[in-house]
Amino acid sequence: MKNKLLAGPYIAWMAIFTVVPLAMVAYFAFTTPDGDFTLSNFANASEYLPIFLRSIWYALAACVICLIVGYPVAYVIAHSGANVQRVLYLLVTLPMCMSFLLRTLALVALVRDTGIINSFLGLFGIGPLPLIRSSGSVIMGMVYNYLPYMIMPLYTVIVKLDPRLIEAAQDLGCDSVQCFRRVILPLSVPGIVSGITMVFVPAVSTFYISQKLGSTENMMVGDIIERQFKGVANQNLGAAMSLILMLLVFISIGLMNRFTDDDEEVATI
Amino acid sequence: MKRLGKVWTFLVFLFLYAPMIVLFVGSFNDGRDLSEFEGFTLSNYLDFFADSGSLRLLANSFILAISSSLAATLLGTLAALGIHAMRGRMRRAVMTLTNIPLVNPEIVTGVSLSLLFVFIGRSMLGSDQVFGFGTLLIAHVTFNLPYVILSVMPKLRQTDSSLMDAAQDLGCTPLQGFFKVMLPELWPGIIAGAIMAFTMSLDDFVISYFTYSPNFSTLPVEIYAITRKPVPPMYYAMFTLLFFVILVVMIGMNVIQARDERRQERKKLRGV
Repeated sequence: MKNKLLAGPYIAWMAIFTVVPLAMVAYFAFTTPDGDFTLSNFANASEYLPIFLRSIWYALAACVICLIVGYPVAYVIAHSGANVQRVLYLLVTLPMCMSFLLRTLALVALVRDTGIINSFLGLFGIGPLPLIRSSGSVIMGMVYNYLPYMIMPLYTVIVKLDPRLIEAAQDLGCDSVQCFRRVILPLSVPGIVSGITMVFVPAVSTFYISQKLGSTENMMVGDIIERQFKGVANQNLGAAMSLILMLLVFISIGLMNRFTDDDEEVATI
Repeated sequence: MKRLGKVWTFLVFLFLYAPMIVLFVGSFNDGRDLSEFEGFTLSNYLDFFADSGSLRLLANSFILAISSSLAATLLGTLAALGIHAMRGRMRRAVMTLTNIPLVNPEIVTGVSLSLLFVFIGRSMLGSDQVFGFGTLLIAHVTFNLPYVILSVMPKLRQTDSSLMDAAQDLGCTPLQGFFKVMLPELWPGIIAGAIMAFTMSLDDFVISYFTYSPNFSTLPVEIYAITRKPVPPMYYAMFTLLFFVILVVMIGMNVIQARDERRQERKKLRGV
């Protein structure tokens, strides 16, 4: 009973530094700079609808590509020997701890018009290929930065899969494709869901990647919000857009979690 | 099929590491441009160690990461013990609270904290100059706390609750029981949480960007400002050095985890 009190300082901390700040975002979103109630911030924010849609589209594309690229990697890691597994897992998580700003800058040095890849192709008389300043390059930047967030949860789920289930499926006459589709893939759903969440949230709200790898036509919500707080300083509009972004993220996470819950129900039947 | 998987994995790792290799090579480059190698030099490393500004930033980042991860570890471990004692709706409510900074986009967390700090500064302290080490520390502790809690909670679940009872039957006070019995059990989770908090804090850019002040800036924030202009190559030297520091930290963490897993295995066997 007494033990519960140990969480007291933590709950107080989180109330002051998480809940209150979010309430302040809501307050700023619904007021003018003078503090009067208004809805005009949302009216102004709605002008940025195409940018919201673009951000969602980039983030979804990055999720799908991360899943397709990352799943085989997670599978290979999970089926390696114990020591190889440790090393590979470390190699996946290591980039996440290294300055993503400098790494993204190096990615730019690789793909820009006078970059390393194009100079290399130039030796064979190819190019220069337009590898940068497009939707594709922004999405590639996201995949590069957030792929580890997809591989990690996938690996965690795949490594715990009971090999007896796969043997049972094979005994019952599944070929390897059926086995994957009907046993392995459905059992990986929790990993897929948490991977998609972990990629989608930072991808939809990024501003550095689009600045470095995109053009003004690839601006994202994060760029606009950053500008409201650091540049032209319309904090009320920025707050309204932050609020919309937050709701967007919470709704998509809610939808994703529903997806796993349903699946667990199916699994228990 | 298997070989295809391995080739694919190799290509993906190449993709993940190619930019880091570019930075590594760039740190020995005699020119400024990452995409043109103009000759081997060590002067970037010498420049880095001679530049008091960038060393200051590195020190700032380490001071912030160490203090915020220590504070978060202490507060978070206590919180995990408290949450572990909770049941039902209260526990769910606190866990939801814990999840907010994890699922909220970083930019929203950063913006919301900056609004709070400005508000506190104006209405309570009567000053616009609230930003600095204090605000960064608060922000970093806030986003580090969930990581500590999420790595201590599983350890609490693994720990046999009758251990504490046994310790008290044998004459320990509850506090002695905690330090002699519980803490050694929780230690691997606490350390893992602290290291994770430390690395998250060291590399955080977005939240720091909205809560720093020019008097106390951190490395990632300054790198952001620098990458708008041509970057001095000494930063590539620093990246390379940090890479090896982080590599050592992560290998250390791996060894701790491996040892802990073996310990758990042995315990299971003994139980049988």
